[in-house]
Formats: sequence, C-alpha cells, structure tokens
Amino acid sequence: MALAQKPSKANYLWRMFVNHAATTLAVVSTILVVAPLIAIFAYLVYKGASSLNLAFFTKTPAPVGETGGGMANAIVGSGILLALSSVLGVPIGIAAGIYLSEFGRGGRLANLVRFTADVLNGVPSIVMGIAIYSLIVLPQKHFSALSGGVALGIMMIPTITRTTEEMLLMVPNSIREAALGLGVPNWRSVLAITLKTASPGVITGCMLAFARVAGETAPLLFTAFGNQFWSANVNQPIAALPLQIYVYALSPYDEWHRLAWAGALVLIVLIVVSVALVRFVTTRGVLKGAN
Amino acid sequence: MVNPKVQEVRVSGPPVVPTPSPVPPPAEISNSAPSPVRKFLTERGSSAMSDHVFRWLMLICAISIFGIVALIAWELVARSQLTISKFGLSFFIKQEWDPVNGNFGALPFIFGTLVSSIVALIIAVPLSVGVAIFLTEMCPKMLRGPLSFLTELLAAIPSVVYGLWAVFILVPILRVHVNPFLMKTLGWTGFFAGPNYGIGIMAAGVILAIMILPIISSLTREVMTAVPHAQREAVLALGATRWEMIRMGVLRNARIGIVGSIILGLGRALGETIAVTMVIGNRPEIVKSLLGLGYSMASVIANEFSEASDDLYLSALIEIGLALFIVTIIVNAIARLLVWAVTQGSSARAA
Repeated sequence: MALAQKPSKANYLWRMFVNHAATTLAVVSTILVVAPLIAIFAYLVYKGASSLNLAFFTKTPAPVGETGGGMANAIVGSGILLALSSVLGVPIGIAAGIYLSEFGRGGRLANLVRFTADVLNGVPSIVMGIAIYSLIVLPQKHFSALSGGVALGIMMIPTITRTTEEMLLMVPNSIREAALGLGVPNWRSVLAITLKTASPGVITGCMLAFARVAGETAPLLFTAFGNQFWSANVNQPIAALPLQIYVYALSPYDEWHRLAWAGALVLIVLIVVSVALVRFVTTRGVLKGAN
Repeated sequence: MVNPKVQEVRVSGPPVVPTPSPVPPPAEISNSAPSPVRKFLTERGSSAMSDHVFRWLMLICAISIFGIVALIAWELVARSQLTISKFGLSFFIKQEWDPVNGNFGALPFIFGTLVSSIVALIIAVPLSVGVAIFLTEMCPKMLRGPLSFLTELLAAIPSVVYGLWAVFILVPILRVHVNPFLMKTLGWTGFFAGPNYGIGIMAAGVILAIMILPIISSLTREVMTAVPHAQREAVLALGATRWEMIRMGVLRNARIGIVGSIILGLGRALGETIAVTMVIGNRPEIVKSLLGLGYSMASVIANEFSEASDDLYLSALIEIGLALFIVTIIVNAIARLLVWAVTQGSSARAA
C-alpha cells in the first residue's frame, strides 16, 4: 500500500495536497458537466421563447420564403405517433415485466428474455428505423404513421419491462400470500394486488420510456417520414416534432431556424414536465424507498 | 432475498389448485351440505383455467421481445444479402464509397464512428467519474438531490435538441475559440491540423461526450454506492485522507463496474445518429486531423437511405446497419456482464 511509508512532514503535506487537488478536480468536473446543461437550457429558453407565438401552435409550416407559420401539424402528429407507440409498447412491456417477476423468476427463459430486453435497449435507433422500414414500409410501399408508431413502440418495450420487473420484485411476498390465502385467483392477485401496489413505479417506467421516444428522430426518418400538411391518417406519412426540428435546423433559412428553436423548447418542456412529474409521483408514492 | 419455501408455495399454486376438485365431491355428498370454503374451491375450475391463460399471455409477451430482436436481425441479414455476397468482408476494409458506379466500402464510416466515439470517451470518462466521486463521496447532502436530478435531465434531452444546440452554439465556439488554440499548441502532432471548419470529427466527439456523460456517471455512481461502507471505514481507520479512501476503498473495488459503465457509454456513442449527423461534416474521407470532416455509420444511413435508388446501394446501407447492430449488441453484452458482476457480487456480500 502507498499509505505513509515514512511519517515525515513532507509526506503528510504531499498527501494533503493530493487530497485537496482531487477534491478540487471532482468539483470542477461537476461544474463542467452542469455548465453545458445550463447553457443548453438558457439558450433554448432565450431563443425558443422569443420565437414562440400563437401561430406556432395553430398553423402549419409556411412555404419557403414566407414568414410565419407554425408546427401545429407536427405537434398533433407527434401526439398520434406517441399514442400509437404507447398502445403497442405499454401492454407488451408491462406483461413481459409481469412474466419476468411473477412467473419466470430465476428461470433460464427469464434470463434470456431479460438479456434480450437489454439488447433491444441498446439497438441504435437508426437501425430500428431501417428494420421497421424493411418490415412494414417496403411491403406496404409507402411511408406511414403506423410504421413510425411501431418503431417507437418497440423502443419503449425494454425500458417498461425492466422497470416493471424491478418494481414488482420490490412488492413484499406477504402481500401476494395474503391475496392467495383469501382464495383470489392468481391472475387477479397479480393484476389487482401486486401490480397495483407497484403501480407508481410502473408508471414511472412508462413515462421514462415515453419521454425517451418522444424526442426520437432517427427511427422516424424512414417510417413516419414527415409531412408539411395536416394528416391524421395512420396509413399516410405524418409530421413529427423532432423530425420537423431536424429538417428546419439543417435548412439555410433564418425563419426556419427560429421555428426549430421554438419546436425544441416545446419538445423539451414536454419531456422535462413528464420527467419531473414522474419524480414527484415516485418520491411521494407507495414505493418511497425505491430510488 | 426471497424465501425459497414461500416462493414455491406461490409458484406451484395454480397447477395444484385443480386437484382437490375431483376428490371432494363423493366424500361431501355422503356427509352433509358442502361447506362454503369447499364449495368455493370446487367452483374454482374456471379460474384455474384463467390462471393458465393469463400465464400464457404473459409468457407470449415476454417471448415477443425475443421475437422482435430475432426479426430485426433476420430482416437486416436478408436485406443486405446483395452486398454480403458481392463484396464479402472486403466491404469493411475498402475506402471507396461510389454509389454511381456501384462500388461500396464502409471503412471511412467505421473510422468516423470509432474516432468520434473515442474522442467522446476521452472527454467524458474523467469528467463523469469526477462527477460520480463528487456526488457519492463529497457532496453535501443538500446538493446531492438537485445535482443528480440535473445530470439525469441531461440524459432526457433528445438528441435532435443536442444537435440543434451544437450547430448554433458549440460549433461557433469551437471554431472561434477552441480550435485555433488547439492548432497553435498541438498542431505539430498532426491531429489538430488543417482547415478549421468548426464542424467535423472533433465537434461530433464533443457533443457525443456531453450526451454520454449522464449514462456513465449515473452507472458509476450506482456501482460506487454498492461498495460496502466497511471498505471505506477500514481505509479511513488506517489514517487515509479522503482521496486515499476513495482511491483504495472505493475506486479499486468498483473498477470493473466503472469499466462496464464506460463500455455502455461507448455503445450509446457508437449508435448515436442525429446529433452526430448534424455536426460531423458528412464527407466519406479518412483524415488524420480531428478537425477534418468525417462521416459516421449511423449518419450515412440517416442521410442516404431515402435517396438510395438501386438495390445494391440500399443493401450496402443496410449492411452498415447490420454491422452497427452486431457491434452494439457485443458492446452492450460485455458492459451488462461487467456491471452485473459488480452490483450482484456486492449485494450478495452485504446480505
């Protein structure tokens, strides 16, 4: 060990110096990490708030060269895409989580499923985009909101599954035994007792997954594709907020940059509000000690 | 941990339940009226059935995750057959990317992805370990909550917003302040030479670093919290300073998990698409200078997929996607294994 070979004064001073230097470095790195966050937020609020107006929420994009216009269709489109993805992702995710914690605990199949969920979580979103493109868009021969929803829904599954499993595992066994002891069928005990007890945590998982896919752009590039006009048809290309921001940010027009900032602000407010809501719910909920 | 006896009662519940139903009726009839409990149990036949249905439903959903991953892999392999059979492994070592003449090599993209990710790791690793140390070992309790919330928030920002910020704020800062300084002081190495565009591999690396910071730091924090307190106390009892305690008591015990979280961050960096596409410059070249323009595997897919006109072009792009898929699976598997080994081992020790 490198601890004090000789109890000399110089050695002591050196150790104290290293100690303080390390502390300083840790503090500095924390500041360096928090600084870009604050910079991003400050600039986003500054640029976004000055560009936000009523038209942003009520109008569709204006043609090139004209000022004004908004992203109303993209906001609605994002809503439709997220609804589609939740319909697909939430039930499958929760059911898989229930299987992992209530039926397959410790089994080989459960381990395999858990590992696959982790793999799915790590699949780059662009790869998800091309996979769904060749699975749904190519056979259908046109881009559609449905394919975008499926891509996002699949991306939601692993997060929801893993949090559901973790939360269900935290429910004490005595609660399950109490339900079964009263003669409640197992499926009702799982749904009405175990899942309900863990519901704050499960909802957290769903909201985190929701927040994650709400900002995804890459899987939508070749599935939902984007649309300059109103569309609520799930079989047609549809606009999405992140896609619109991406296209506008890379465009050469100042007016479009302005709209991109406004869109980014709206998107981030949506996400931060849902994350903060989740934190609020989980710190007050039943599973207070969860985190 | 779970009591094995208790678990067995619960797990074997559903299949056992139907058995009493065939036995009791004869005995009951010979006696008096059936007791309500027995009556309930005999009528439970339908609910035992629904238990089975429920169990199978959950199982199907769980297996569907496996099915989805298999389907993705199959689809990618099937659609990239054309280039796999035409170019074989030379696809990954050729430098030309010429869609017009149907000549495809992925080396420039692999290079861009690897170098930008390595730059990101070089920047992000010391910072995120520093943050984790500060938050677990030094931070006053009052600050810990808000600060960890802030770093978590960094993970919640969508990559398109990072990209937007990078294009309009980070790139100008790099071009005006950072890059000239780097060229002056480190230009002789050749890594910081050439025209200063602002965008390029360096910019991609910096924005990637900001994006993977929260992942690495939150996992490192988790691993460090899993180190038993006795380790810290033992080192402190030997007269160590706080830093010596962290170095010997905490970091040494958590090193495998920290490496795991770094690899997990690498996995994220390799697959990141949008923010990188917006700042890397999108030129399929291999240049020595970090300030030069590059291209990454994910961004070539994002940019060229919808313009890919012929089957060979499409197949080449999908093969790049397949390579990305396989690499991220391997990287993630290694990382999970390492993180799992540490957190699992320590919780077992604590119990």
